[in-house]
Amino acid sequence: MIGLAQRQGALEIKQFLRSRESVVFTMAFPVIMILIFASIFTWDITPGVSFTQYFVTGMIATGLMTVGFQSLAIQIPIERDRGVLKRLRGTPMPKWAYFAGKVIMVTAIAVVEIALLLVVSVGLFGLELPSTVGKWLTFGWVTLLGLTACTLCGIAFSSVSRNARGATATATPVALVLQFISGVFFVFTDLPTWMQQVAALFPLKWMCQGLRSVFLPESFAAQEPAGSWELGKVALILVAWCVIGLVLCLRTFRWSLDR
Amino acid sequence: MDSAISVHGLRKAYADVTAVAGLDLEVRKGEVFALLGPNGAGKTTTVEILEGYRRRDAGDVRVLGEDPDKAGAAWRARVGIVLQGTGEFDELTVGEVVRHFAGFYPGADDPDQVIARVGLTEKSRSRTRTLSGGQKRRLDVALGIVGRPELLFLDEPTTGFDPEARREFWELIRDLAGAGTTILLTTHYLDEAEALADRVGVIARGELVEVAPPSRLGNRHRAPATVAWRTKEGAVEAAESETPTALVVELAARFGGEVPGLTVTRPTLEDVYLRMIGEKA
Repeated sequence: MIGLAQRQGALEIKQFLRSRESVVFTMAFPVIMILIFASIFTWDITPGVSFTQYFVTGMIATGLMTVGFQSLAIQIPIERDRGVLKRLRGTPMPKWAYFAGKVIMVTAIAVVEIALLLVVSVGLFGLELPSTVGKWLTFGWVTLLGLTACTLCGIAFSSVSRNARGATATATPVALVLQFISGVFFVFTDLPTWMQQVAALFPLKWMCQGLRSVFLPESFAAQEPAGSWELGKVALILVAWCVIGLVLCLRTFRWSLDR
Repeated sequence: MDSAISVHGLRKAYADVTAVAGLDLEVRKGEVFALLGPNGAGKTTTVEILEGYRRRDAGDVRVLGEDPDKAGAAWRARVGIVLQGTGEFDELTVGEVVRHFAGFYPGADDPDQVIARVGLTEKSRSRTRTLSGGQKRRLDVALGIVGRPELLFLDEPTTGFDPEARREFWELIRDLAGAGTTILLTTHYLDEAEALADRVGVIARGELVEVAPPSRLGNRHRAPATVAWRTKEGAVEAAESETPTALVVELAARFGGEVPGLTVTRPTLEDVYLRMIGEKA
């Protein structure tokens, strides 16, 4: 069973690495965004916290969303469109192996992506790595839950469009809007209240907030909407989205477009 | 239990369009069976139900003794499927894809041998997106047979092949059939059905109109032959005859030897086929 998952994962990673567009789009895009934003917005939000630090946490969360949600929401419909899924269904391969392959690929890309973003941010923009074991743990579970939620939602979202082109057209704006309203490009508390409330329904806002608790000084917690990091709520909402994503996957996933 | 496929009263409708209307079909083990029929006749729907891709509305279906709608991985391992227009894995090489698929089957063939069989050895290290249409189709076949299936579905396997590639492909199918593989083939090419199939089934309007060996379809073997020749003035004359040999002997006597422009023909499979689907339409 593990062998099957490994083989499928290796195949996915191989395909990913060999398609230049997806490597550039998925891996380099967040890095380029950091380079641009961190070079433009050089002021401090509050004493001791620069916009760069704030933005970098948002970009890590965005990276997780791109890898988990966007890439699968676009890639799976392409494979469905081209009949790859149908062909796999015609073999004795168990269905779960396909998803295991995707999860392994997403995890591998996410790990490399995070490492890349941390190297750039620490090296060029003075981000400080977490100083306590507790913060590393928080980093770990926020990343894990966030990535899981995004991956499941990405797989679920893959059934929204009937074809590959439609998938790109629908998944990209969803991701972009979430970035704008979830406090990636702007300080979250500067956004209109109604926008904050909408964003609070979705995982990205909570992923950003959870990551801020890891990378920003403790004193910044007072600047958050609730005056604290609300880590319990972060966990709760991310778990809720994992459940929602899983249920949607199980109920709506389509192996082909046939009736 | 000498049936590989056994279908009784199969029905399938989409919304208010009936695709398959009470179809019966028996394919024997070890047989090459060709399904012919115009587009929209229910061919693909029927085959996809047999392959376990679609659910039926009614009817009894047994494929290798199991109901394809409920069959699991063990059944899938015994069945090979070559569909139309299924995606390749653009960024992988031929060898990588075939090896990967071999890993899905408990009794898989040696991937390199399978690649050699479909004539892609030279392309083994090439990315699949660099293959020509015909080469991609051969890769499809390689993926269909790598699990050493007892039953192989081939959906219009040679569409887009040049004549030489087609002949080579036919040889491959004969090899597989010779090794005991049951093959259900759909095709638009009547010469292909004639060259490969033990029996041909003609589908029209969701029903199986007739099943017979290609040479006997539509009582073709008993149809009168057409004898044609050129008269001394150069005009072509033709006569239908139940006894063409006698007519030829008579003509030979009349011409005192060679009969100019002599042909003796019987209705081709195509003639018979067109008549059949014409009657139904």
